[in-house]
Amino acid sequence: MGKTLFDKVWDSHVISQIDGGPSVLYIDRQFIHEVTSPQAFTGLEQRGVSLFRPSQTTATADHNIPTIDQHLPIKEQLSAFQVQKLKENCEKNNITYYGLGHENNGIVHVVGPELGYTLPGMTMVCGDSHTSTHGAFGSVAFGVGTSEIEMVFASQCILQPKPKKMKITVDGKLGKGVTSKDVILYILSKLTASGGTGYFIEYAGSAIEALSMEARMTVCNMSIELGARGGIIAPDETTFNYLKGRKYAPQGDAFTKAVAFWKTLKSDSDAIFDTEFTFNASDIEPMLTFGTNPGMGMKISQSIPTLDTIDSAGKETYSKALEYMGFAPGEKLLGKTMDYIFVGSCTNGRIEDLREVASIVKGRKKADNIYMYIVPGSKLVEKQAIAEGLDKIFEAAGIQFRQPGCSSCLAMNEDKVPKGKYCVSTSNRNFEGRQGPGSRTILVSPLTAAAVAITGKITDPREFL
Amino acid sequence: MPKDKFVKILSRVVPIKIENIDTDQIIPARFLKATSKDGFGDNLFRDWRYDNQNNPIAAFPLNDKKYAGSILVAGKNFGCGSSREHAAWAIEDYGFRVVVSSFFADIFKNNAMNNGILPVQISDSFLLEIFNEVEKDVNSEIEVDLENQKITIVKTGKSEGFEINSYKKQCLINGYDDVDYLLSQKEAIGKFEKNRGEIFFYK
Ligand code: SF4
Repeated sequence: MGKTLFDKVWDSHVISQIDGGPSVLYIDRQFIHEVTSPQAFTGLEQRGVSLFRPSQTTATADHNIPTIDQHLPIKEQLSAFQVQKLKENCEKNNITYYGLGHENNGIVHVVGPELGYTLPGMTMVCGDSHTSTHGAFGSVAFGVGTSEIEMVFASQCILQPKPKKMKITVDGKLGKGVTSKDVILYILSKLTASGGTGYFIEYAGSAIEALSMEARMTVCNMSIELGARGGIIAPDETTFNYLKGRKYAPQGDAFTKAVAFWKTLKSDSDAIFDTEFTFNASDIEPMLTFGTNPGMGMKISQSIPTLDTIDSAGKETYSKALEYMGFAPGEKLLGKTMDYIFVGSCTNGRIEDLREVASIVKGRKKADNIYMYIVPGSKLVEKQAIAEGLDKIFEAAGIQFRQPGCSSCLAMNEDKVPKGKYCVSTSNRNFEGRQGPGSRTILVSPLTAAAVAITGKITDPREFL
Repeated sequence: MPKDKFVKILSRVVPIKIENIDTDQIIPARFLKATSKDGFGDNLFRDWRYDNQNNPIAAFPLNDKKYAGSILVAGKNFGCGSSREHAAWAIEDYGFRVVVSSFFADIFKNNAMNNGILPVQISDSFLLEIFNEVEKDVNSEIEVDLENQKITIVKTGKSEGFEINSYKKQCLINGYDDVDYLLSQKEAIGKFEKNRGEIFFYK
């Protein structure tokens, strides 16, 4: 029987298998950030153990940092201390650290790929659930908890049960104005926020193959929103072209050799998945969410499902979600007035996302009722945007262009959406209070966010294309 | 570090009849600025427990004096979303040792067990039975028997088995810790690194 891509990468990293238990899985690369790592360093210290392979861990400060005036000391004391602690821990343990203002600083899942740390065939972990992003390169990448970070520090391994395998095929051609964000929101609306739990998902099909690397990352990024451990896409010419010349990717002969190996990384034609789904690209439209989990999504032109379509056990939770959002069952959201717009995060804070926003707001002004900011995913994204003059386009439209970080994706810093306000967001989670206590999040693609910016209301981006 | 050993637990329960409870609700991001593991219990379910003036919301089960115990019972897909282990620390710090649901998110499940909390996954129908039982009688007790992998509503005698892999079970029963295990494997790990060969350009 053939093997899936996931099997090939996973199996080649299994050192041993505990009877009736998890595998000892070798981790090629780990990323850490300020929020989930301090307790792992403390744990290690308490054991009197030193870091096993410091060169295989890289650190960046991203979750708990301001997105303006990054050259100044962090004002908020607890945040300043947390970031300082990461710096000290890295220095003490010989870990490469990209602090605030460093040219390689940014959101961990934006930085890894753009610097060439993320490579096909690798195992990667980070104390952040969106580590699934890196699977776009054909690596097995998944989020872990702090205890597991400590395991990697101590042994470069973790103990993991092997997930089941799911294949999601999207065939056909995406329509105009339909992006990879819409693809994953569509899949989520079909499979729900727990539809992938226990699985690792391989995405395939002509619509996936046609996506750029950045667009593929958006799809894999939100695999975790399905409850899956991660997503993976077989590496191909698009992948190799993206990696060529990246700072920490193999260079010259080593690159040629690497490509030869990477080409072997695909599912065998007779490989068996535990579950498979197939979708048609032409069925997908610009999408948005109306509830408080990312599975509660619909096509932008549709109405919110009525209560009689929800199974009885879920009715209470469903009503609670709509009440929180201030929406009624059966309501249409097109034309509804919005308050905030956030463009950024490891889902849609890359240069192509910023270009898409610019393509609509260029030469236009944002609506008066909208407060909007764009937070680039990394220093490199920021630099590139400025080089292309995107910052000027945003400014002229009345949109703030900030400095890199996670920002309103999780609102640990000052970038909070006030209670009761609607925020149209290109991030990945619309949980209650995710963007600040009482905030109401509507997840969309960058194109849709840009269309809403101009009209001030929920608007189909295709009106601008 | 080795954890307290997990023995049989007999307790009343605290029911939260909501599905898809994500870790942002269990512990909101603004409380993740601490660099130690202590004290998260105070902010467990913060935004469901307190209003914006920091007054307890009486109707929320954690504030409702009639509920007590070390077993939390919640709707399906518990612990989805962010991988923050702070969620498990908050649950443990508050005093829960068991979380019962009909479905758990993967990362939360690992985080819970790594902190000596037992996630007990049962059928939708048995979960409903527990919710109904507590509604009828808040003093009704549940027994969770890890050794025999069985959960029982004491009063009615109704019970159901639950799954847990035997390694994790032994860890919980004996208070073992994964890091200790991995440290004992260093020789094998070193050997693996040496034998991987040239195709891995990952340095
Ligand atoms: S941008 Fe959001 S999802 Fe991505 S790493 Fe930061 S907090 Fe997590």
